[in-house]
Amino acid sequence: MADTLLSASNIEVAYGAARNIKVLHGVDLTIAKGETLGIVGESGSGKTTLGRALLRLVDVTNGTVTFDGMDITRLGETAMRPLRRRMQMIFQDPMSSLNPRHSIRQILTGPLLLHGLATDRRDAERQASKVIERVGLPLTTLNRNPHELSGGQRQRVGIARAVVMRPDFVLADEVVSGLDVSTQAQVLSLIGELGREMGLAVAFISHDLSVIRAICDRVMVLQGGKIAEEGPCGSVFEAPRSDYTRALLDAIPLPDPMPGWLER
Amino acid sequence: MADAVIIQTAARRRRFANLFANPKVLFGGGFILLLVLLAFFAPWIAPKDPLEQDLMLGTLPPAGFPGAEPGYYLGTDDLGRDVLSRLVYGSRVALTVAFVAASLAALVGAMLGLLAGWYGGWVDAVVSRLVDIWMAFPPVLLSILLVAILGSGVHSVIAAIVIIDWTRFCRVVRAETMTQASMDYVTAARTIGFSRFTILMREILPNVAPVLIALVSLEMGIAVIVEAILSFVGLSVASDIPTWGGMIAQGRQIIHHGWWVLTFPLLMLFATVLAFNQLGDGLRRVIDPVMRR
Amino acid sequence: MSLLSIRNLSAVSDRDGGTPILRGVSLDLAPGEVIGLVGESGAGKSTISKAVLGMLPRTVRITKGSAIFSGRDLLSLSSRELRKITGSEITLIPQDPMTALNPGRRIESQLTDGLRLKRGMSSTDARRRGLELLEEVHIRDPERVMRAYPHELSGGMRQRVLIAAAFAMDPKLVVADEPTTALDVTVQKQILRLIRAMQAKHGTSVIFVTHDLGVVAQICDRVTLLYGGMVVEAGATAEIMERPRHPYMQALLAAGPRYDRPDRALAPVPESIFAGLREELASFDREEVRHG
Repeated sequence: MADTLLSASNIEVAYGAARNIKVLHGVDLTIAKGETLGIVGESGSGKTTLGRALLRLVDVTNGTVTFDGMDITRLGETAMRPLRRRMQMIFQDPMSSLNPRHSIRQILTGPLLLHGLATDRRDAERQASKVIERVGLPLTTLNRNPHELSGGQRQRVGIARAVVMRPDFVLADEVVSGLDVSTQAQVLSLIGELGREMGLAVAFISHDLSVIRAICDRVMVLQGGKIAEEGPCGSVFEAPRSDYTRALLDAIPLPDPMPGWLER
Repeated sequence: MADAVIIQTAARRRRFANLFANPKVLFGGGFILLLVLLAFFAPWIAPKDPLEQDLMLGTLPPAGFPGAEPGYYLGTDDLGRDVLSRLVYGSRVALTVAFVAASLAALVGAMLGLLAGWYGGWVDAVVSRLVDIWMAFPPVLLSILLVAILGSGVHSVIAAIVIIDWTRFCRVVRAETMTQASMDYVTAARTIGFSRFTILMREILPNVAPVLIALVSLEMGIAVIVEAILSFVGLSVASDIPTWGGMIAQGRQIIHHGWWVLTFPLLMLFATVLAFNQLGDGLRRVIDPVMRR
Repeated sequence: MSLLSIRNLSAVSDRDGGTPILRGVSLDLAPGEVIGLVGESGAGKSTISKAVLGMLPRTVRITKGSAIFSGRDLLSLSSRELRKITGSEITLIPQDPMTALNPGRRIESQLTDGLRLKRGMSSTDARRRGLELLEEVHIRDPERVMRAYPHELSGGMRQRVLIAAAFAMDPKLVVADEPTTALDVTVQKQILRLIRAMQAKHGTSVIFVTHDLGVVAQICDRVTLLYGGMVVEAGATAEIMERPRHPYMQALLAAGPRYDRPDRALAPVPESIFAGLREELASFDREEVRHG
């Protein structure tokens, strides 16, 4: 693909002192500019590890990760730093991902000042105000600390922190699984809108196929550290080729009376 | 934007007010503050010279008891020295040791703990082994030995406390650092591109601080006791400087006809340690913004 | 004739300065029936289940109402009388199978606790019954599982053990508190199937607490939707799923994304609906004050 932003080829990740606990067994993926890729799997599928490997938060034991044409597999921390601005992450638990001792202002302006994206403190403040309004929060939120906000508001701050640096790629790791249904839809549409507005490439990790379908262009189903199936959402959901995908879809209880579903 | 600034300072003021709304901080901190004032203004507060002996006025009981002399509110010891004045001057040594020893032990211990907990690997291995070895020495014996080698004096007492108690800080801070390091906001800071050292200072240290502050306050109480013990066995400061431990040692010998010489410094010691402990506990609760503990 | 009849139950939280957390909740549960308690966080669903189990925290005060279970009001029993009922006539399937089992004790002793202590069974009899129960919840190697410690079992296995423990006392009522929230979907389906089968076999009534309308649709005979401690809508599951009456229920059904409806746009619950709900709560509180 011509406009591929991020790609991984044959990546393996192993943990443990002797690198003997393999979590990923050779996974390939590509994400184009402006595209949203869903990564779905159950616990132990390696989806979280895959996401963190893409951001170079865990070291890969084998394979390569390429970002915007650059091989970043073995880049050191200092060499990664300028790229960090362009690759951001939104976390599952907005409580533990926001430092309880920082105000929302500090959380948003710190990164801008670090990367020289703001000329001075006032400019950083102005940009933070803009982004906080964009994610639908009142300006006074800037003075709050994370524990003074509700779960949905915190997740909006988490999103604001990721987009304030105008990244090219965002990893969203189970970002709505801790939220109530009514808040979930708001956060999902916010991520969708921002993705389109900013032309973001998004890797959207979730265990929930319904959520994936609502927001992603393509989907990749992981099972035990391998790809079970991969393709455009339309074809994977309408005509799944893998038995595992079919089993996953069939296990989702839908809010319709479906007599006999439980016994199937 | 002006609104925002006003709200910000209001929040800060509110937090400051919270600090004193906590009864533990109020009473513990109040008592310590009083003690600091007492130590600082001792020459003006103490009614008598703490060293002035007058054998004619030996072992006078406190005011209100039969045989008491006016002006000697808490009585005198067997050498005729005013107990109240000695108590007031004794707080100087106690507080000096408490503040200096606890701060230095915290500084050394916390620094090593932060490094070990954050950088891990060989740094952690070295620090952890050092702590293990250190803790294998019996502390009381070690302190007596140290003071015996270093010679008596306030400096030696402080050095002994720091050398023995830095491990206490190191262990707690290391564990707390590791907990914080596993939190998502640390990962978030990495994705933003902060350097490891910046993350340690900006993200981790503020979250370790509440535990550290509580521990420092507890350590001050411990330091007061250790100083008293060393004074009691005659290994602290020169005998011409009044200390609570020294007074207790002296009072022990005349307990049958002069109970007050022992009782008042003991009460003082008890109240001071209690105040430090309460202050530490209260501070931890107030400072922690999440109150999650 | 209902097994459990909750009437007009109101409660306040003393910790938040007397904020109402239950507002005149009424619900009935027939023998052998599965009722779903649904709602978002703070709706009061776990407060109701805790009240039934006699496990309300000290900070929660019941201000009004009754919960008649087999002719006795659970809310006015002494704690000694209540202990005879909970854990034997009313039992719990907890939410988190990881923390609900004591990591330091073998499955055998945890599974047979109730049988030995409350039923006074000998350890041989209790052991035999324990093995039967494990077989009943489709655990393949019951002998091995009896000897195991919790950490040696997977999440799904542990939840099976907890279901066996809940049914061990042959209770009349089982409270299932989000029993599948911590599990993968494929395991969730097995566990739902198991709870339904055990319930049908033993004729047990179940209060199924969940936030997932899909789960409700598949396992509950009837459903009660809560908001702010108030019953918003209640009725037969199929009826409500197909023809929701309250706008909040309609909005919730529309808000949850569905993999089988890709053309449906994401529809967050409109703020006007929450405003309406808050007005309903406020008017309930005003009535309450007027009538004392």
